[in-house]
Amino acid sequence: MWFGKMRKTPLYEKHVALNAKIIDFGGWAMPVQYTNVIEEHKSTRNAAGLFDICHMGEFAVKGPQSFDLLQLVLTRNLQNQEIGQVKLSALLNNEGCIIDDLTVYKLKKDYYMLVTNAAIRESDWQWIKSVRTEKGFNCTLEDISDQTGKLDLQGPFAQEIMQELIDLDYGNLRFYHFTETKLLNHPAIISRSGYTGEDGFEIYAPANIIGDIWDKLLAAGTNKGIKPVGLGARDTLRLEAGMLLNGQDMSENISPLEVPYGWIVDMDKEFIGAEALVALKKSGLQKKLAGFAMTGRGIARHGYKVYQSDKEIGIVTSGTFAPTLNKAIGLAFVDITCTAPDTEISIAIRDTMCPAKIVKIPFYKRQK
Amino acid sequence: MSKQTPADRRYSRDHEWAKDNGDGTALIGISDYAQEMLTDIVFVELPAIGKKVAKGAPVAVVESVKSVSDVYTPVSGEVVAVNNKLEEDPALINKDAFGEGWIVQMRLANAAELSSLMDAAAYDLFLQEGKH
Repeated sequence: MWFGKMRKTPLYEKHVALNAKIIDFGGWAMPVQYTNVIEEHKSTRNAAGLFDICHMGEFAVKGPQSFDLLQLVLTRNLQNQEIGQVKLSALLNNEGCIIDDLTVYKLKKDYYMLVTNAAIRESDWQWIKSVRTEKGFNCTLEDISDQTGKLDLQGPFAQEIMQELIDLDYGNLRFYHFTETKLLNHPAIISRSGYTGEDGFEIYAPANIIGDIWDKLLAAGTNKGIKPVGLGARDTLRLEAGMLLNGQDMSENISPLEVPYGWIVDMDKEFIGAEALVALKKSGLQKKLAGFAMTGRGIARHGYKVYQSDKEIGIVTSGTFAPTLNKAIGLAFVDITCTAPDTEISIAIRDTMCPAKIVKIPFYKRQK
Repeated sequence: MSKQTPADRRYSRDHEWAKDNGDGTALIGISDYAQEMLTDIVFVELPAIGKKVAKGAPVAVVESVKSVSDVYTPVSGEVVAVNNKLEEDPALINKDAFGEGWIVQMRLANAAELSSLMDAAAYDLFLQEGKH
């Protein structure tokens, strides 16, 4: 049918065999759910979830000036990044607004891997390439997305399940750190990180063996309650954990200062977009992204309007029923004067004004 | 697996059902196929009693974690009762779409509308065709 024209990950046939509901996600035919979102969400929180993330982009940056290029295009100061460390960063345009949020893996001196959002991959590529060319940096840029498979294994049993496949020094594999190793005799990267708020791993391996790793992880985790998890629960998990989604909570006209991304912006170094951010800081922020929880009935969704008294003060960027919290939560861009926790707001749901209040994010934090 | 389609009521192409109570009113709900497509229903918005709704117009809203869907009444009339249990337990629709998960009771404005809807056999056939 129409999925024929969409891009497919190496795991597509497995999703179909598992009876997944397939949707168009930024031009990719991806599983939104296998059984149901709540079940998949709770399995990830209580046991383990396995996610097909092959659609995300990976770029290799190599050469003597790779550091200089990344230091210029990314907001994060990479000066002290260790080999084996992952850093979340933002890629800004000249106006100081967000093209993408991406992770930077330092593999070796002068050798990095960038992991980008699926739908933005091409824009990221064009932008970074144009900066490299314009500045004449001595480094190569290679799009390795198609040959690179990616799985996320997340949840309290993630390590025990991973251990069945490979014996690593997990005790020393800290959060936001990775190791280069071999899986099924092929080179792989195992990173302790994710997008769910749980412990877990992001696994990178050649696309042609990613299906075997998928099968082996599902088999190894069967008695621990592992479940394949679709994009539906990926979204509710990340939202509960207060993580942002590009294209929804941020865009090319939102700066990182207006979302909870101040911490990935290092104003002590030069980078593209910095001047615009200085100017924005000087003129003062008008709006900011804040968390909210519904206090009455109703579920606020992306695009619904936010009010205080009768005044429109913003818009919902992400909103859902949160399975772990058993209530409706979300993120909204609101007037900066309305972002203090416990501020009472209303959200227009169809014809009704529904009460909500501003709350701190993350909404959910795992017990360590 | 879908439950058997009960023969005691009529069905619309939007997957709603209407069950004639024989007293000028009918119960309205969504089919088991519809609840299966929606999966985990987490919220139901019910209309006010007394609301008049024309055939094919939205009479309620059901939301899953990821989706918002209107429920279109398959018959015209006035809402005389709503299933308040759904406010506390919206998943009743998932558990028992043809029974405990009924959504509204309508006083029929035009009882003849019922006979224009599909019977169980026709609805089953309609579902079969939709799967091609």
